[in-house]
Amino acid sequence: MQQLVNGLSLGSIYALLALGYTMVYGIIKLINFAHGDIYMLGAFWGYYVINQLHFNFWLALASAMLFCALVGVVIEYLAYRPLRNSPRIAALITAIGVSFLLENGMAYMFSSNVRSFPQVMKVKQYHLGSVSISNIQILILAVSIILMILLQLIVRKTKMGKAMRAVSVDPAAAQLIGINIDRTISFTFALGSAMAGAAGVMIGLYYNSIDPLMGMTPGIKAFVAAVLGGIGLIPGAAIGGFVIGLLETLMQALGFSAFKDAAVYAVLIIILLIRPAGILGKKIKEKV
Amino acid sequence: MTLLDIKELTKSFGGLTAVSNVTMHLNDNELVALIGPNGAGKTTLFNLLTGVIVPSEGTIAMQTDNGLQVLNKMKPYKVAQTGLARTFQNIRLFKDLSVLDNVLIAMTAKNKEGFFSSIFRLPSFYHKEAALRQEAIELLKIFDMQDQIDNLAKNLPYGEQRRLEIVRALATKPKILFLDEPAAGMNPEETADLTRLIRKIQQEFHITVLLIEHDMSLVMNVAERIYVLEYGQLIAEGTPTQIQQNERVIKAYLGGES
Amino acid sequence: MKKNLKYNLTWLAIMVVGYVVINLLEFAGIIDQFGENTMVLIGINIILATGLNLIIGFSGQFSLGHAGFMAIGAYVCALITSSVATPMGMAIGMIAGAAVSALVALIVGIPTLRLDGDYLAIATMGVAEIIRIILNNLKITNGPAGLYNIPLLATWPVVYFMVCVTTLIIVNFIHSRDGRAVMSVRENEIAAESMGVNTTKWKVLAFVIGAATAAIGGALHANYIQTIAPTDFGIMESINILIIVVLGGIGSITGTFVAAVVLGLLDMILQNFGTLRMVLYSLALILLMVFKPSGLLGTWEFSVRNLFNRFTRSTKQKGDA
Repeated sequence: MQQLVNGLSLGSIYALLALGYTMVYGIIKLINFAHGDIYMLGAFWGYYVINQLHFNFWLALASAMLFCALVGVVIEYLAYRPLRNSPRIAALITAIGVSFLLENGMAYMFSSNVRSFPQVMKVKQYHLGSVSISNIQILILAVSIILMILLQLIVRKTKMGKAMRAVSVDPAAAQLIGINIDRTISFTFALGSAMAGAAGVMIGLYYNSIDPLMGMTPGIKAFVAAVLGGIGLIPGAAIGGFVIGLLETLMQALGFSAFKDAAVYAVLIIILLIRPAGILGKKIKEKV
Repeated sequence: MTLLDIKELTKSFGGLTAVSNVTMHLNDNELVALIGPNGAGKTTLFNLLTGVIVPSEGTIAMQTDNGLQVLNKMKPYKVAQTGLARTFQNIRLFKDLSVLDNVLIAMTAKNKEGFFSSIFRLPSFYHKEAALRQEAIELLKIFDMQDQIDNLAKNLPYGEQRRLEIVRALATKPKILFLDEPAAGMNPEETADLTRLIRKIQQEFHITVLLIEHDMSLVMNVAERIYVLEYGQLIAEGTPTQIQQNERVIKAYLGGES
Repeated sequence: MKKNLKYNLTWLAIMVVGYVVINLLEFAGIIDQFGENTMVLIGINIILATGLNLIIGFSGQFSLGHAGFMAIGAYVCALITSSVATPMGMAIGMIAGAAVSALVALIVGIPTLRLDGDYLAIATMGVAEIIRIILNNLKITNGPAGLYNIPLLATWPVVYFMVCVTTLIIVNFIHSRDGRAVMSVRENEIAAESMGVNTTKWKVLAFVIGAATAAIGGALHANYIQTIAPTDFGIMESINILIIVVLGGIGSITGTFVAAVVLGLLDMILQNFGTLRMVLYSLALILLMVFKPSGLLGTWEFSVRNLFNRFTRSTKQKGDA
């Protein structure tokens, strides 16, 4: 039960990150390797605005989301847009390059030291029977779920959301009916990066330590989560994130923490073998 | 002599029956056409026969040098090795390889090479390679494509891409050749060329041809026998003249009440 | 037939001359210890990347798990040479490493190679991570600390020889009937299958050969660096090999050579920049991809045959004039 609570809060961070991967992949079929580093930038932004400008948590969260959205759009414009009609693998290598650049650029400018995230909120533990849950865990869960619902509403109900779905199904046809592809893709990057920014600030608060390389491992895990759930599908990313979060905490609780990553990958491979397009994904067979 | 014998072949996807209880046969060195309105299940039938999809019921049996063989659960590459080659409705060439390589690949299955003789470049490798190359060029010559051998398949004009698909299929040395809408997208002149080509193939290679086609002038010109498919069921079989006068066929194509 | 002999002898001559020239430069003091170090690392990267290029560039399967197979080769060979510290031990170690790696690739490849595109990439990455985590927790591999005091058996001549051998095997494989079958899978799997090509078999075979060469690269790495730990074989290592393949041009072995040399030299030059090194490296990577998305050489391949043909053609033209 306790593990369930821990697993859910970790899982919701993965889910928030996985959403960004899945949206970008859905629309331009790019594994955005730099996504985990956007999350790192979000954490660092939170660190500075809280320390220097004395923002409270909510302001830090909102401004980090805005900042990351901006960064996401700029990266897409500079690094990915020129490669839109190139082989997909070239775009992937560029994304890896961007990831290296963000990690090492941050390390170069701000040193690669681990620093502790300012505690803008007093940690309180609530006890429900044998289960203890902290106010931060509740916050993470609540904020993540609200953001996910919000995202789903944007994608389902707004005109921009409709455009996003249209472009992801068939960019050429979407263009023919007057959708501005460039703007739609920029908007997708903004949304996904904002989610990553939010996740960055919250993880800073939760784990209380940040460093320029912090985005690497969660980034890869979140991508695994997106694939697990069915890449390109927003609910799939959420499910994948929670599955991985729960699996990791479960392995840890059982005393196999050395093998927790191996378990994640093993589950991934098994699920892909049974369902080659992820839990919610439908495999489209090529028509002969 | 019956070369391919299809009995009560059925394929259903969920509740939809795409091909229902089809019984037909192809004789040795015969030119047969399969026609029917759009969505009648022609391509599904092709895919069943070539192993791309597995039939729900029924049998497909082929007369081979090793006696009668059931093709039902064979993988596509096994079906091809048994002697059944095909072309595709939407051209599927090996686009970034040369015309010659396209043909050579089709000859691979019947000309296995030892891993070591190719790695260590033993003399046998060069002998075999030269012989294969010669054979492929001869084949391309028959179809007037010998000048194209070094071009990439994707750079050929449309009509020649279709022709290369046929040459590639023939390079597998099939007993039966399936042509899936070979005239699609062709102008009348190209279609006339194709008509001659199909006849030539049947005569010079002594093989059986099964043709799916919408172009009725082509079908009526070359086919010896015609099967008509509608809603997944065979509704008629006969010579071109018989089919042209068959009332059910006319109704299926023109619609209307009976 | 004589022509073929001529081409093959030319290749042999290029390899021998290359070796002699580099040795002379070393003897003359133009290449110092630092230069030799760079050359060995470039050589190992060439071995790793040609194997991956076979998988990605020629069979068209996207593998992100190359470091896992490299790790197998490194550990197997390190364990063997640690008890038999002779060139013979090195040879046995490399063969054993390649064999174990090929076996694992076979077991993993048969089920996973049914997946397409990015799903395969992520599954192979998972396999490599599982291999790494197992190495991290085994006793014989000494856990996270890894193995050290591995004898220095991968000297420069050994590495040079192995670069020649692995490249020869892969290039000859590609330019054979088998290689054509492998490429037909990349071009159009459905068409290949209907031409009688057993696509699963060729995909798996390309994957297995790639894994075996990765193991040889790993074995040389272990016996040159002399210490190995599981962290050396993480996702980042797979990505570094992938970068060489893509930068050189997917489907061009010549490109792989060029990219490995370029990156090796770039790395050597950037050593002087300290912490700025990786920043510059990543910028170079982004710019190269943005301006040359098909890689340095695209699919262009250096060929002795074409060189000869061009030569004879130009002399003929001179004669005509």
